[in-house]
Amino acid sequence: MTENIIEVNHLTRKYGDFTAVNDISFEVKKGQIFAFLGPNGAGKSTTIKMLTTLLNPTQGNIQLNNVNPLNEPNLARKSFGIVFQDPSLDDELTAYENMDFHGALYHVPVDLRKKRIEELLKFLELWDRKNSLVKTFSGGMKRRLEIARGLLHHPKILFLDEPTIGLDPQTRNHIWSYIQNLNKKENITVFFTTHYMQEAELVADSVAIIDHGKIVAKGTSQELKEQTKTQNLEDAFLALTGKTIREEEVTGKDYMRMAHKLWRK
Amino acid sequence: MSAIYVFWLRQLKRYYRSKARMIGALGQPVLFLLALGFGFGPVFEKAGAGNYLEFLTPGIIAMSILFTATFSGIEVIWDKQFGFLKETLVAPVSRLEIMLGRTLGGATVASIQGIIVLIIASLAGFTIQNWSMLPLAFVFMFLIAVLFTALGTALASVLDDMQGFQLIINFLIMPLFFLSGALFPLDTAPGILGTLASLNPLSYGVDGLRYALIGVSHLGVFTDLAILGTVTLIFLGIGSYLFSKIQI
Ligand SMILES: Nc1ncnc2c1ncn2[C@@H]1O[C@H](COP(=O)(O)OP(=O)(O)OP(=O)(O)O)[C@@H](O)[C@H]1O
Ligand SMILES: [Mg+2]
Repeated sequence: MTENIIEVNHLTRKYGDFTAVNDISFEVKKGQIFAFLGPNGAGKSTTIKMLTTLLNPTQGNIQLNNVNPLNEPNLARKSFGIVFQDPSLDDELTAYENMDFHGALYHVPVDLRKKRIEELLKFLELWDRKNSLVKTFSGGMKRRLEIARGLLHHPKILFLDEPTIGLDPQTRNHIWSYIQNLNKKENITVFFTTHYMQEAELVADSVAIIDHGKIVAKGTSQELKEQTKTQNLEDAFLALTGKTIREEEVTGKDYMRMAHKLWRK
Repeated sequence: MSAIYVFWLRQLKRYYRSKARMIGALGQPVLFLLALGFGFGPVFEKAGAGNYLEFLTPGIIAMSILFTATFSGIEVIWDKQFGFLKETLVAPVSRLEIMLGRTLGGATVASIQGIIVLIIASLAGFTIQNWSMLPLAFVFMFLIAVLFTALGTALASVLDDMQGFQLIINFLIMPLFFLSGALFPLDTAPGILGTLASLNPLSYGVDGLRYALIGVSHLGVFTDLAILGTVTLIFLGIGSYLFSKIQI
C-alpha cells in the first residue's frame, strides 16, 4: 500500500455566497498521475489554488506530503511545483531569465540549472529564442515556456492546470511523454487538469470528476467507463456531468464585475 | 538571502530595460527644477532667502524618489494582473524575502533616479556644499526610497487593480510632496502648514537631504535621521505584513 501524498478532506471555498468548491474529499497516492477533470467553472483551479497556498479555504483540511499548507505554507511550498492555467511569466525578462529566476527561487544548483534550462528549452524548441523578451513570444511559445519553467526543478508533486491548453497535438504528445518519463524515473506525483479527455485517459492512473464544486466520480478510467457503461472517458465524462454547456451561471454580481472590467479598459 | 538578491536584480533589469519609463520619470522633476528654480529664483533672492536653486534641488531630488519609489511598490499590482506574482508566491521562499528583495530593488532604482536629478541640477548650476557629506545624502535618498517603495507595496497588496491609482496620486503622493518643505522653507510656513509638514515623514527626508547637500537644516539632522529611519522601518513592517496576506 503506497502512502497518500495529497489528502483533501471536506474542502470548501466560497466567494461571497457563491460556493466554488463544495465539501470535496479525495486523496492522491505517491507516484500517481492524477487527473482532476470537470467542466468550465467546476472549481478545478480554485482547488489547485488552495492546495498550493495561494488561496485560503473557507473550510476543510489539506495534507500535502504530510504538511498542512495552512499552518506551514513555506514548508509545503518546498514539495511542489506548478504550471498555472493563466499566464505567469515576466514579459519584461527573456526566456532564459525567466528560467534562471525560477531556478534560483527553487534553489536548483547553478550547474544543474544551466544543464536543465538548455535541455528543456531545446526540448520545447525555444532555445533559439532564449534571449528574446517574453513579450515578443506567440501564445504557444509562452505556453511552452511556462511548461519548461514548471519542469525545471523536480518537486515531489507537480500541479499542472491545463498544461497543454492551446498547443498543437504534436507538442502535447511530446510534453506528455516527457512528464510520464519524469513520473517514472523520479517518482514525481502529477496532479493535472485538462479538457482533452483522450489525454487524461491515456496518462492518468486515477481520475476524479468535479462538477459544480462537488466531486461526482472517482476511480480509474476503466472504472468510470464501467460505471457509466461507456466506451471512452469522454463519453463517461459526458454521462457524469450532463450535456448542457456551462454558462458559468452568470449572476448579477458577475455582470457587475464584467462591467467593471470593461469600464476600466 | 539569494532570493532577496534575485528580486532586487529583477527590479533593476526591468528599470534598465524600460528607457522610456526612466526618461518619463525624469521629465517632471527636471521641469520643476528648471521652471521653478529659475522662475522663482529672483523672487526668493529678493526676499533675502538666498539662492532658490540651491534650496529647491534637495526637494526635487526627494520628489523624484518619492514618485519612482511609490510606483515601484505599486508594480505589485501589475504583477498581480499579468500573473507573475503567482509564480513568486508559490516559490519556497518566505514572503518577507520576496517583499524585501522587491522593495530594496525598487528603492535602488528610485535612488538612482534621485542621483540623476542631482547630476542634472549640478549641470544647471547647483553646487554641493561639502563633498564629504555626500554619503549622508545617499543615506537619506535611500531611506526615502525604501519608505515609499514599502508604502507602494502595502497599497498594492490591498488593491486588486489600477483603479485606485489616480486616487493615490492625487490624495496621497501630491499632498505628501507639497507639504514636505520641498518647495518652500518650513520655518516661515504658517501654523497649520507647519503642523501638517511636521506629520509628514517626507519633510524629514527633505530636511536631511538639504542638510547633507547645502548644509541647511530646519528640523535638525539627527531628528531627521531618527524619525525617517523609524518610519521607514514601520512601513517596511506594514508592507511585509500586507504583502504576506495577499491571496490570488
Ligand atoms: N476571484 C473570484 N471571485 C468570484 N468567483 C470566482 C473567483 N474565482 C473563481 N470564481 C468562480 O468559481 C468557480 C470555479 O472557478 P475555477 O476557476 O475553479 O473553475 P475551473 O474548474 O478551473 O474552470 P475552467 O475549466 O474554466 O478553468 C467559477 O464559477 C468562477 O466564476
Ligand atoms: Mg481552471
